[in-house]
Amino acid sequence: MHAQAPAAPAVVVDGVSKTFHMPAEQAHTLKERVLRARRLRGGSSFIALDDVSFSVQQGEFFGIVGRNGSGKSTLLKCLAGIYRADAGSMSASGRIATFIELGVGFNPDLAARDNVVLNATMLGLSPAIARARFDEIIAFAELEDFIDLKLKNYSSGMMVRLAFATAIQADADILLIDEVLAVGDAAFQQKCFDVFGRLQDEGRTILFVTHDMATVVRFCQRAMLLHHGRMVQIGPPTEIAEEYLRLNFPEQSDQAGSSPLRSGDGSARIEDAWVEDAGGGRRTTFLSTEACVFRARVSFAQDAVQPHINIVWVNERGQNVFAVATAAEPGGSGIYAAGDVVDLRLSFVASLAPGHYAVTMVVSHPGSGLDFMDRWERMFKILVTSANAAGGLVELPHELTIERAAPAELERSA
Amino acid sequence: MSIARPEPAPTPALREIRGPSALTGDMRRFVTLTRTIAVMDFKLRFFGSVLGYLWQLMRPLMLFGVLLVVFTQIVNVSSADDFPVALLLGVVIFTFFAEATGGAVACVMVRENLVRKIHFPRLVIPMAVVVVACFNLVLNLVVVVIFALAWGIAPTWTWLGMIPLLALLVVFTSGLSMLLSALYVRYRDIQPIWEVVLQVTFYASLILIPYEAIEIKSPTLAEALLANPLAAVIQESRHLLISPSYVDAGNGMGALWRLVVPFAVLAATFALGLWFFNREAPRIAEEL
Repeated sequence: MHAQAPAAPAVVVDGVSKTFHMPAEQAHTLKERVLRARRLRGGSSFIALDDVSFSVQQGEFFGIVGRNGSGKSTLLKCLAGIYRADAGSMSASGRIATFIELGVGFNPDLAARDNVVLNATMLGLSPAIARARFDEIIAFAELEDFIDLKLKNYSSGMMVRLAFATAIQADADILLIDEVLAVGDAAFQQKCFDVFGRLQDEGRTILFVTHDMATVVRFCQRAMLLHHGRMVQIGPPTEIAEEYLRLNFPEQSDQAGSSPLRSGDGSARIEDAWVEDAGGGRRTTFLSTEACVFRARVSFAQDAVQPHINIVWVNERGQNVFAVATAAEPGGSGIYAAGDVVDLRLSFVASLAPGHYAVTMVVSHPGSGLDFMDRWERMFKILVTSANAAGGLVELPHELTIERAAPAELERSA
Repeated sequence: MSIARPEPAPTPALREIRGPSALTGDMRRFVTLTRTIAVMDFKLRFFGSVLGYLWQLMRPLMLFGVLLVVFTQIVNVSSADDFPVALLLGVVIFTFFAEATGGAVACVMVRENLVRKIHFPRLVIPMAVVVVACFNLVLNLVVVVIFALAWGIAPTWTWLGMIPLLALLVVFTSGLSMLLSALYVRYRDIQPIWEVVLQVTFYASLILIPYEAIEIKSPTLAEALLANPLAAVIQESRHLLISPSYVDAGNGMGALWRLVVPFAVLAATFALGLWFFNREAPRIAEEL
């Protein structure tokens, strides 16, 4: 992506573990300690990080993902030198700046200038440099008219802008960033990422903690997935995002069973139905664009000639997003005798927006299709997940190209 | 916007990340941070209220005023005619001690946000409290000097002796501040305990009842009280600043070599405070 010197590691983490001790009852006073000495010895410990090892190359934009409690923030705090790791070693080349929160040390009773100096000093700049860059910071934050206003009179947006403008002044080779962007609006986030991109072009290394897969896929060159304090996978962001979605939307429990949602005259029976992946394994969670097969087994108690079989997928809003009917298929459904058992296979690509989809299957006598042999509404649901949903109902296979129009063509159209 | 940056070294060597500590070996950053935080804190108090700094002065002055009325008009503890100056000096020095140590107790808790979010030498926090108290001490001493001059005390070269003396006081106070702030993270009841200790210290530091008054009743007690570095500093400062008629700390203890005791207490307090804070520093962020 960027012209780089042969990759030298900027951050090396080797076998880092961190355990927090959580006493059953926290003792904060001497009296408590003396009186409950026995009880306090118990308590549980929480393993926040368990033997995590990885390394980040210089100039890399590296994502650390995982859901809440996976240890990603703890890892960042260990790297930042806020927590001490229990085991393992960490090293870094160059100066580290940490953005766990924007505007650390801001005081509402001080004006912008003092707060900038305070914050920049906390981030490692000398007060003289901070003062020298003050105008630049204010210009970036677009706060020229509010320099003398006390911070308590700032809006939250103004405060965040000031904090971010200050933070990016930190002369660091390695930036540790922990979801500081969650606070801003879309435009602000874009501005943040523009800056990160430029910092990266200057050769700085960025470690970015998030649980927003879209961000990871968009900006990171590599990512690491943490789950319950363990490192699950390191690799290209798209793979990591997929693995994250798989891990964090656990398989749905099967909701099949006879219920009021089932009706019919009993002349046929849907014995079983499920969805499997291309490898033949039963699953209920799929990535959009993943190939899958709906399978059902139907037994006939009576002879049936060209029964109608309908399969309908319904989204959370009750809309039929995908329906298949044998009446509309060229071959129809076939002719069966009492006692026959048939296997039905419906292969499709789950090109759907992320969400839950319930399936309804109907076997009915030929004719109106309302004469049910067996109708099973909402047999079960599948979950479709996606790393980059843009908001449509479906995710059709697509290809997007944008090119600059040739000048000659522009003239012609003008 | 351009982001100025020194030309990057070809490949900075990998350095181990050791985690949080009291000092982190980066003395310059420690000094800068302590100064910046202290100055901001001082500014806040200065500009925070309508009368600003006056309130800061009011506290020792009010205490002084009340004590002066009670102990010259109602109870007579000293016949010395410069007793008011001696009393004010004692009150000002004690105010510094109480402000620094009392403020240091919960200071890590007050700055919790910084401790949890940013890597910096942890010792900055209690030291900033001490530095702010130092600013106030200097300004209060200006008041004392004005008061002394108005009382007719002539400046002498011995006044310069105040500088090393106050330096010793700051070292002693810093030691206690480090110790208290680190202890508080583990034991929250340090706060009320220390308030009580401060009260006792006030009466045991020769502020109100001068050495000479105690010596008449019990020379042993007077000598023993000087083992407390704070009392020794107050006694010595009276000797230097007001009049040689106030016995100096060494002679007050009976012999000059006995000054070893307050010096030893001072050195031990500082060493203990530094050692304990340094030991606790790596875990402060998680123990809070």
